[in-house]
Amino acid sequence: MTTITPYRSDLRAGRDGFAQLLRAEWTKFRTVRGWMIGMTAAALVTILLGVLFAAGSHSSCSKGPIEVACPVTPVGPGGEAVDDRFYFVHKSLTGDGSITARVNTMTGQIRKPDVTPGVRNVISGVVPWAKAGVLIKESTKQGSAYAALMVTGSHGVRMQHNFTEDVAGRPGGVSKESPRWLRLTRSGDTLTGYESADGTNWTKVGTARLAGLPSTVRVGLFATSPGDLTVGQAAIGGVTAAARFTEVTAVMDQVDLQGAVSGGPWSHDDVGVVSDVDGTPHHPGGVVESGGTFTVTGVGDMAPGTEGMAIERTLTGALSGLIVVIVMAVMFITAEYRRGLIRTTLIAAPGRGRMLAAKATVIAMVTFVTGLIAAAVTVEVGTRMLRANGNPLLPVSPLTELRVVVGTAAFLAVAAVFALALGVVFRRSVAAVVTAIVLIVLPYVLATTSVLPLSGAQWLLRLTPAAGFAIQQSVPEYAHVLGYYAPQMGYYPLAPWAGLAVTCGYAALALGLAAFLLSRRDA
Amino acid sequence: MEATIEVAGLRKRFGQSMALDGMSFTVTPGRVTGFVGPNGAGKSTTMRVILGLDAADEGTALVGGRPYTSLRHPLNHVGALLDAGALQPSRTGRNHLLWLAHSQGLTARRVDEVIEQLGLESAARRKAGGYSLGMRQRLGIAAALLGDPPVLMLDEPFNGLDPEGVVWIRGFLRSLATQGRAVLVSSHLMSELEDTAGQIVVVGRGRVIADTSVADLIATASDGQVTLRTTARSEAMTVLAHDGATVAATDRDTLTVSGLAAERIVTLLSQNAVPFSEVAAHRATLEEAYLDLTRDAVEFRAGAEQEAAR
Repeated sequence: MTTITPYRSDLRAGRDGFAQLLRAEWTKFRTVRGWMIGMTAAALVTILLGVLFAAGSHSSCSKGPIEVACPVTPVGPGGEAVDDRFYFVHKSLTGDGSITARVNTMTGQIRKPDVTPGVRNVISGVVPWAKAGVLIKESTKQGSAYAALMVTGSHGVRMQHNFTEDVAGRPGGVSKESPRWLRLTRSGDTLTGYESADGTNWTKVGTARLAGLPSTVRVGLFATSPGDLTVGQAAIGGVTAAARFTEVTAVMDQVDLQGAVSGGPWSHDDVGVVSDVDGTPHHPGGVVESGGTFTVTGVGDMAPGTEGMAIERTLTGALSGLIVVIVMAVMFITAEYRRGLIRTTLIAAPGRGRMLAAKATVIAMVTFVTGLIAAAVTVEVGTRMLRANGNPLLPVSPLTELRVVVGTAAFLAVAAVFALALGVVFRRSVAAVVTAIVLIVLPYVLATTSVLPLSGAQWLLRLTPAAGFAIQQSVPEYAHVLGYYAPQMGYYPLAPWAGLAVTCGYAALALGLAAFLLSRRDA
Repeated sequence: MEATIEVAGLRKRFGQSMALDGMSFTVTPGRVTGFVGPNGAGKSTTMRVILGLDAADEGTALVGGRPYTSLRHPLNHVGALLDAGALQPSRTGRNHLLWLAHSQGLTARRVDEVIEQLGLESAARRKAGGYSLGMRQRLGIAAALLGDPPVLMLDEPFNGLDPEGVVWIRGFLRSLATQGRAVLVSSHLMSELEDTAGQIVVVGRGRVIADTSVADLIATASDGQVTLRTTARSEAMTVLAHDGATVAATDRDTLTVSGLAAERIVTLLSQNAVPFSEVAAHRATLEEAYLDLTRDAVEFRAGAEQEAAR
């Protein structure tokens, strides 16, 4: 019998590793023209819908019948849009010092929805976030740095500074029988607030550091009252939120100023008041001073502003992009099941977990890059167009804008991994695509189109993979600003990264199930 | 790595039916081993188990002494063609080979080499969806050869090929075996393996019925029968039966003789002056030998199915 020399290949063995699997899966993806076109389409639909939205959004301001330039929204020290309207009775303070005052009463009026059309329906009352107290502010310029110690309509004593910061003091309102003493002291750029029921025993409420506070600042008494928010059910479904005029009048006395305070009479400023067509101020505030008692009436708010468009409104097309991404990600694996190509794949890469990891990485990377380009272009072009069309945009820091853009791309990538995993679980395109859409797209649509009550909508965006949409929210919700913080207004129940983490959790779970089934099943 | 496939005691159950029922055989290098049996005998399942695609309930399947799933660069050890139709239709043949090459850390140059080796140059840059079955088989073989492996495993590679293609592939497989590779080729038609396989593993009902060289298989099936053509039928029968042969009349002037060698028959007839026009030692075809072996398996299966249907 002849001896057989077994075959020896002189082919040099290539490198073995995860990088090779990644490269193979990328080669697979890029060599199917339909998939490359699909991904491009996902980017284009996102950009196109965003641009269409921006192009169709126009905004202008008028006083009566006359169109005027829109007022520039003031910006706070943190760069956010702010409401900064209040009545201020003030003097100048140079260097360290303090102000003390006793708030005796707070009364006011609230305009309610008209009962008889055309007849103003005004009741007396104080809205929960009506504010009056002592204030130290960089200047009377809107948006300048400040710290204030105040009594509120129904949130007790608060110390607030620079619009976004809010610390609670003792709860409860004020009355003649139970007044509240407030004191604000300045030491360099540190301001400290104290409160007292009797002017003798003081409790510290909080401190604020106002970086870069100039030596000379304004110190005095203020009052302001935000609009009354009513949320009603609209006739065709959905809700209407309306804010109506309110004002607050606070009686303050026992005013004591310490430090290098300017002499002479108090200055009065109705900060941020707008004038009507005839030049008279619209809903003016005022003060009556009599023998050391100041009766200050104010309208407005010192708080982050919510009037204007958030930048993520331009990303309205990302939902359509997401659907395309889901289809692509599912097809990336179910096409292999359909053709039996999965066997070829597993013959080349017998480590099934590794193969799945490589596939998930490739679809995630492809989607991330696609999403990043789409989101960056959409936000950049969309916000430019919105501004050009006169729409006020809520300014955000570059870092927040980066988070919205990168986060949107990351959310799409995670959703793609989720869809891919479902593709492995079901091995059929239709079942996987439908499941992914039901789990990600549908909850978002239900939550943001006001077919559900608010709490239902919020729970959907906490518990389903759609929670990741929260990564797009650029303007936070503030506890000390009354607003209609509903998903349909762009406010999510979870913080941006927490929302994305929920979606990541679902993707990890689905991927784990996919890996388990893949390793258990015959291919 | 040794160029062998060792399958020992594989059992696998799909619901009620035993797909593999103690499948055992060894494929050695240097020759083509035919893996033959009726459809449903367990050939494809065995191949999938060897490649780690399906898990056997019992038994082992080793390639070069190791389980397939433990191999680094598996395509450098084993080249397999399971289903030539397993292609993404919108991907070109070359790109199909390219991703496979990338998965093994091989270069595009190697892809072009196998394309040339299989004569796919003109089709390589066209979408695989438009390939004829013959071109798909070639592409599948090109994929199997990508890693230049010492072990090759092809499931029904002759399916859908024109006669020219069948002849080509036979020669190609023989040449691969001559290089010292172990080549396992399955088929449900024994005739396809004629002149190709050196060793035949015949399977039925999930187990090996015969594992033998082609020469032995044919000899067994031929069973020493001789066909005799004569005008003097009864004289011939008398003479031959007298010498201990079993003689059967198959036609008006034809006899089938068993138990005597052809030379002895000629001598006997000449001595007794019995006229004859032809004495032919019957050589069974591979097909006949195979049908002989698998008849029971097929009948059993048909019977079992009828029972199950009831």
